[in-house]
Amino acid sequence: MSIFTGHELVCIRGERCVFSGLSFSVSSGGALVLTGPNGSGKSSLLRLMAGLLRPAAGVIAWDGEKTTDEPELHNGRLHYVGHLDAVKPVLSVAENLNFWAVLKSKTGNADAATAAALETFGLSYLADVPGKFLSAGQKRRVNLARLSASPAFLWLLDEPTTALDVKAVAALEAAIAEHRSGGGMVVVSTHARIAMDGAETLDIKEFSRRPDPRYVDQGKAA
Amino acid sequence: MMGRFGQIVSRDLHLAVKQGMDSFMVVMFFVLAVVLFPLGVGPEANILARIAAGVIWVAALLASMLSLERLFQADYEDGSLELLSLAPFPLEAVVLAKVCAHWLTTGLPLLVAAPLLAVLMHMNADGFIVLAAALALGTASLSLIGAVGAALILGSRRGGVLLSLLILPLYIPVLIFGVSAVDAAVGGFPMKAQFLILGGFLLGALPLCPWASAAALRQALE
Repeated sequence: MSIFTGHELVCIRGERCVFSGLSFSVSSGGALVLTGPNGSGKSSLLRLMAGLLRPAAGVIAWDGEKTTDEPELHNGRLHYVGHLDAVKPVLSVAENLNFWAVLKSKTGNADAATAAALETFGLSYLADVPGKFLSAGQKRRVNLARLSASPAFLWLLDEPTTALDVKAVAALEAAIAEHRSGGGMVVVSTHARIAMDGAETLDIKEFSRRPDPRYVDQGKAA
Repeated sequence: MMGRFGQIVSRDLHLAVKQGMDSFMVVMFFVLAVVLFPLGVGPEANILARIAAGVIWVAALLASMLSLERLFQADYEDGSLELLSLAPFPLEAVVLAKVCAHWLTTGLPLLVAAPLLAVLMHMNADGFIVLAAALALGTASLSLIGAVGAALILGSRRGGVLLSLLILPLYIPVLIFGVSAVDAAVGGFPMKAQFLILGGFLLGALPLCPWASAAALRQALE
C-alpha cells in the first residue's frame, strides 16, 4: 500500500502565483480528478507531481519520502501524459511505442508488452504506419498506449481525452480501471467526463483565488 | 543502464538515417568551405600547404556547429525531451547518448572527408594521419561543448545565431591545439604534447558538458 501526497504546495509561474496552500493525497487504487477553469494550474500541478517543475514551497512525497530526493526512483514509478504526444514522424507506431516501453522497462525487451498495448488502444492495424500519417486522435492513442506498454504505479494524465473518439475514451477508462484494480493510482485533469468509480475531485480554483502575498513577492524577486 | 543508453543512441541514428540529410549536408558544407580557399587564395602549392591545417580545422569547426541547433530542438518541440527527462535514467546520460549519436552522424564523416581535402590543399602526406587523429579527438570535444549551447538556446527565437555566438569562443582552444598538432607533424616536430592536451580537453568535456547540458535542459523544460 503506497501513498502519494502533496502538502501546502505553492506554484509560481512567471511571477504569478498560480495556486498556493494546495494539499492532496492519493493512495493505492485511488483516483484524483483535477478540475478548474483554464489557467487555474491543473497542468502545473501535474508537472509538479511528475517532477518537471519544482514547487516554490511545500513537499511532494511518496510514502512519506520526498520525491525530489530521488528523482530517478520517482521517474521509474510514474507515467506522464502531457499535451505533446512525442510521436516521431518518421518512425512507425510500433517503433515509437517500443522505444518508450524499453526505456521504462527493467529487462530491456518490451516487444510483447508493446503489441499488447497497441491492441488495448486499438492501434494494431496502424503498427507499421509512420507517425506523420496519424491523425491527432491516433497520435494521442499512441501516447496513451505507453501507459499499458510498461508498468508504473502512478499515472499522471493531462487532458487525456483531447481528440479521442468515444471508443478510445472507453478503452482509456477500461485501462484506468484495470490499473487501479492492480493497486495503481491515477491523477487526471479533465474538462470531459471520464468514468472512474470512487474518484476524488480536487477543484484547483479554490486554491488559486487566495494568493499568499509572501510568495507573490518571492516570485518577483526571482 | 547500458541497454537504455544504446537504445537512445540507436534511435537517434535511426532518426538521422530516416529523416536526415544532416550528415550529407554537414560533409558537403565542409568540402565546399575548404574548396573555396584554393579558388580565393590562388593555386600556389606553397601557400595552400602552409594554411591547409588551419583551413581544414576551421571548416570542420563550422561544419560541426551547423547541425547542433537540431540536437535537442526536435525532441523539445514534440514532447520527447519531457519524456526522456522522466525516464528512470539520469538526464546526463541521455545527453551523452544524444551527443554520441550526433558525433557518429556528423563528426565521423568529417574524419573520412578530411584526408581528401588535405590532398586538395597540397598538405604534406606526413600530416594526413595526424590530421584525422587530431580531428577525431577534437570533433568529439566539439560535439560535447556544442551540446551545452544547443541546450541553452532551446525555446529561443533565432537560436542558430545565438548558438554560434555562445559556442565558437569555446571552440578556440581545440582549434589552436588541433592545428598545432598537424603543423608539428608536417614540420617533423614532436606532437605528443598537443595530443595530450586535446585528449585532456575531451576528458574534461566528457563529464562536464553532459552535466551542464542536463542542467540547461531542466531549465528549458520548466
